[in-house]
Amino acid sequence: MTVVFDGIASGMLLFLIAVGLSVTLGLMNFVNLAHGVFAMLGGYVCVVATGRYGVPFLVAVPLAALAAAAAGAVLERTLFRRLYGATQLDQVLFTIGVVFVAMAAARWGFGPQQQPIRLPSWLQGQVTIAGVDIGLYRAFLVVLGLLVAFGLHRTIGVTRFGARLRAAVDKPAVARGMGIDVDRVFVITFAIGSGLAGLGGAVGVELLGLDPSFPLRYLVYFLIVVAVGGSGSIGGSLLAAVLIGVCDVAGKYWVPQVGAFIIYTVMVVMLIVRPQGLFGTR
Amino acid sequence: MDSRSPKPAAAAATPAPGTVDLAPLRRASRPRWPELAVWLLPVAAWFLFPEDLALLTQIAIMAIFALSLDLVLGYAGIVTLGHAAFFGVGAYAAGLLAAKLGIGDPLLGLLFAAAVAALAGLVTAPTVLRGTGLTRLMVTIGIGMMLFEAANKATDLTGGVDGLQGIEMTPILGLWSFDLWGKTAYVYAVVVLLVLFLVARRIVHSPFGLSLRALHMNPARMPALGVSVDARLAAAWVLGATYAGIAGALLTQTTQFVSIDVLGFERSAEILLILVLGGAGRLYGALIGTIVFVTLHHVLAGIDPEYWQMWIGLVLIGIVLFARNGIMGAIDPFERLLARKKTEP
Repeated sequence: MTVVFDGIASGMLLFLIAVGLSVTLGLMNFVNLAHGVFAMLGGYVCVVATGRYGVPFLVAVPLAALAAAAAGAVLERTLFRRLYGATQLDQVLFTIGVVFVAMAAARWGFGPQQQPIRLPSWLQGQVTIAGVDIGLYRAFLVVLGLLVAFGLHRTIGVTRFGARLRAAVDKPAVARGMGIDVDRVFVITFAIGSGLAGLGGAVGVELLGLDPSFPLRYLVYFLIVVAVGGSGSIGGSLLAAVLIGVCDVAGKYWVPQVGAFIIYTVMVVMLIVRPQGLFGTR
Repeated sequence: MDSRSPKPAAAAATPAPGTVDLAPLRRASRPRWPELAVWLLPVAAWFLFPEDLALLTQIAIMAIFALSLDLVLGYAGIVTLGHAAFFGVGAYAAGLLAAKLGIGDPLLGLLFAAAVAALAGLVTAPTVLRGTGLTRLMVTIGIGMMLFEAANKATDLTGGVDGLQGIEMTPILGLWSFDLWGKTAYVYAVVVLLVLFLVARRIVHSPFGLSLRALHMNPARMPALGVSVDARLAAAWVLGATYAGIAGALLTQTTQFVSIDVLGFERSAEILLILVLGGAGRLYGALIGTIVFVTLHHVLAGIDPEYWQMWIGLVLIGIVLFARNGIMGAIDPFERLLARKKTEP
């Protein structure tokens, strides 16, 4: 059971980072391989804020999300928006280029080594409930993941902004005609997606580690979540992330000789069975 | 007849009404003089850089790999980020044949690697072609990563991260043995490149190649004309896999070692960059892209080993923003100018 819980927790973490990609890639149809860059940025902001300036962890995490959101907004305005109409290949190439530049920048700024993070004492240690060892930090991740999933689901599904966003994605021309500022909706959405990545990156330092190769190392995992979950589906991403987290942790625990092989197999099989993803409509 | 003349004139030139003038297509498949210049480059390099034959061999091998991606991406239009899978399959096939079975004949190794890679292409084709867009891209990544993990864990067979060692090659055709300076390896790689290039050239100008290009241009119209889309894409996929396998086998045979890198995601991304740099959808784009990229890599990594990746990233961003068709696309206007001069007076 402990293994299952650890799997759920690491799935939640995966969800926290990848849900931002589900928003930008899934809703806006922009193949953004540079998503991990925003997560890495969030991670570095959090590490520097807590380690160097002694900012409390709970303040540093939102700070990281804000920094990533701001970076996302700036990049969207200056670069990414030029590529909305471009082919998938162009988007892939461009964002891989961004990843390479960001990795070099991170190495220049922080060096190639792993960054340590000090968690507050109330998030360390573990409790045992009904025979299951529950790490407090992992429990924190699960709660945070559920909160984000619920909040995002409400934002996109119920609020006026969500309605505008869906309109802008489905028929940009008509949305413009109805007086919706499509450019603004897109930049805000992109900022939200990047901000969520920053949030996930900040809380993920403890489990995933943080070094300049971060965006490329976990890129495939983020993409798997979105592809398996179905583009733009929050619930699908959540389910896919938890599924992958459990498969990954359980696989590494019970059959270590197979390792990461299991995840890719799960993904390929899922995509053969349901090419549009678990909850995809397209 | 000028190939750019308006339609009525072209139709008038053909005997039967209602048929299309195929002369421009036939002309396109004929060799032209600048091509000879490109093929003199490897000969010139032999004399100019006798110290760097190992690097030049690498260029020839990467060019074959880029050519194979060009067939898949440039002609068939399948975006893949897992093409290293077939390169690696070829590399390990050739390596295992020599190291475990003791069959060190290079040409036999190439054939064996090509067959294994083609089989791998055949097995993966239905999976890859099933989805579209992001799904297809993810399946290609997934297949590549699965093979990487498999090779990583099957240490008994592949040596895992330590690499596959103990590969001994016998002389090519029993005549030329691989020497310490890499002279044989270089000539061998260039000759294989030339042969594969000529075959690819023949294929892309054949009706099959033309139908691939048409699929790329108008995916809705080809099925309407009665062309079975999936069969053609699958054929291109298998062909690309075979080429990639041969490239991998060449790397194994010339370095007598297989590192797990041959299957890495970075290799898939790098070859994509090379092809786009040169210009996808043109065979010479693959060659030029490889020459420019590997040379740049060599020079930049020499000057600035830590940050050369950043330059690669900047080049990628620059290509997408300013030069969509790569180096060959930049040459186009000049070529058109030359062609006009020839026909106008």
